[in-house]
Amino acid sequence: MTDKIDKGSAATPPAGPGASGATPYEAIKAIPVRHYGRWISAVVVAVLLGWLVYAFSQGKIIWATVGDKLFDPSVLSGLGNTVIISVSSMALGLVLGILFAVMRLSKNPVTSFVSWLYIWFFRGTPVYVQLLVWFNLSLIFQYINLGPIYKNETVDVLTPFMVALLGLGLNEGAYMAEIVRSGIQSVDEGQSEASHALGMTGMQTMRRVVLPQAMRVIIPPTGNEFINMLKTSSLVSAVQYPELLRASSNIGTTAGAIMEMLFVASIWYLTLTSIFSVGQYYLERRYARGSLRTLPPTPFERLKANLNMFRRTEVAK
Amino acid sequence: MTAQPMVKAEGVHKSYGAAHILRGIDLEVAPREVFCLVGPSGSGKSTFLRCINHLERINAGRLSVDGQLVGYKQKGDKLYELKDSEVAAQRRDIGMVFQRFNLFPHMTAIENVMEAPVMVKGESKAVARERAIKLLDRVGLGDKGGNYPTQLSGGQQQRVAIARALAMEPKLMLFDEPTSALDPELVGDVLDVMRDLAESGMTMIVVTHEMGFAREVGDNLVFMDGGVVVESGHPREVLGNPQHDRTKAFLSKVL
Ligand SMILES: Nc1ncnc2c1ncn2[C@@H]1O[C@H](COP(=O)(O)OP(=O)(O)OP(=O)(O)O)[C@@H](O)[C@H]1O
Ligand SMILES: [Mg+2]
Repeated sequence: MTDKIDKGSAATPPAGPGASGATPYEAIKAIPVRHYGRWISAVVVAVLLGWLVYAFSQGKIIWATVGDKLFDPSVLSGLGNTVIISVSSMALGLVLGILFAVMRLSKNPVTSFVSWLYIWFFRGTPVYVQLLVWFNLSLIFQYINLGPIYKNETVDVLTPFMVALLGLGLNEGAYMAEIVRSGIQSVDEGQSEASHALGMTGMQTMRRVVLPQAMRVIIPPTGNEFINMLKTSSLVSAVQYPELLRASSNIGTTAGAIMEMLFVASIWYLTLTSIFSVGQYYLERRYARGSLRTLPPTPFERLKANLNMFRRTEVAK
Repeated sequence: MTAQPMVKAEGVHKSYGAAHILRGIDLEVAPREVFCLVGPSGSGKSTFLRCINHLERINAGRLSVDGQLVGYKQKGDKLYELKDSEVAAQRRDIGMVFQRFNLFPHMTAIENVMEAPVMVKGESKAVARERAIKLLDRVGLGDKGGNYPTQLSGGQQQRVAIARALAMEPKLMLFDEPTSALDPELVGDVLDVMRDLAESGMTMIVVTHEMGFAREVGDNLVFMDGGVVVESGHPREVLGNPQHDRTKAFLSKVL
């Protein structure tokens, strides 16, 4: 439908006093190239997709259960926990990432080496192993003892939430450190020179000049990291944290609806990742200020513009 | 000797590792003077300019601005390095304009001009904004305050950069080939702003290949080659009647 109206408006040459300034021209009429390959591949893909949908509709799945359990209170609380653990782990990862990136780039060889060591260890071992290490830490340390400041039994401190937070957050910090570092290094040296020449200190230069520009490089991979985090958080079901996957499969095993509940979990994961992808899009736009002459319109703005265009063609008719 | 020189260099040396770039620079820049620095590529002009506001550290000699050693302080016969914050404080009074503008791309023109007064001097935004508007007016960009640097031509960007440096009310301005990255038709606007500034009595050190500007506005000109001052004097004399072969060879290429 959209197509028809578009073509219609393009074919009618703009008339009336408003268009008098433009020289009229005759649009080229040519027979477009036929893309047979595109047609064939479209048909093949459509058939395969149809077959897949059919197969699942014939499987021994009770789809009604998927619908019933989608808003089950314990599934929803698992969903909430997934968001909580993902957001807090990401926040911890971001703070650690900035800290270790700045350390890595510092002129002090000790801090730089410590940062390197951290990144080497936490990137070099599987996050699942790291989670299990935190989970079982009480096997080797009965107390967490920070001298006179703090002392407590390890099992009391390392609740499932803390295990999940430390496991995911420290791992994320190592990845974020590399992302932040590459962002900082992407900023032209002339920028910090200009800032120093104005009398700004190193800290002010980092905060006001370098980091805001580094954000443009940092945000896209950070968005990917976060979307990964939403999914990786399913691993913490192994350390007793009641997140989405654990809540769903608990119901699945007791109700004998394992596949159904895995679908329920998948639907929620897809929902979460979709929502945050949209958020990422707008965040990227915000930090693109100044790097593009004009920002491209958001999908919403484009929709509005299209609607206006329809209105105008209607008036023309 | 009348007034205290604004800049005084005595036997300034600078090396990058084994590369000996500045090999003993001696010169004096008087207050309110327009001091031009010319010389072939790689002769160390930019390096010397960057030493004046301590973007580079000198290896030997003495360099002072307005009677203060750059980057060091002297107690008795010992030199102490200045702290980061003290170096930053020294730089407040020295404006610098770069060949490639180096405006902050994430800020509008007016925000670029306001940044240092607000962050460094702790000025209120309202006061800083008022001054920024005046300065942008002065460089002929009163209507471009809301533009981001990418939305400005090269010549306009360089004029914003000059306004940004002036916002700190410096007593000395350093220009490192401010028009070399510009299309020929944009050079004039920037030179006009600099001429204005010179007339207002600003002390300026200008590295440039614009011999016309040097001849017309300059009070003093130094020809540098291989990290030393080869020849100096009034621009009209040095440019019109060079004494050294190296100066003659260089000028025959650029004039
Ligand atoms: N950070 C650095 N490390 C090593 N060598 C450097 C560095 N900066 C400059 N140099 C060298 O110092 C020499 C002088 O450089 P400088 O930029 O001062 O020259 P210039 O006179 O400004 O030349 P131009 O007219 O091309 O700008 C050059 O040979 C350059 O390669
Ligand atoms: Mg140079």
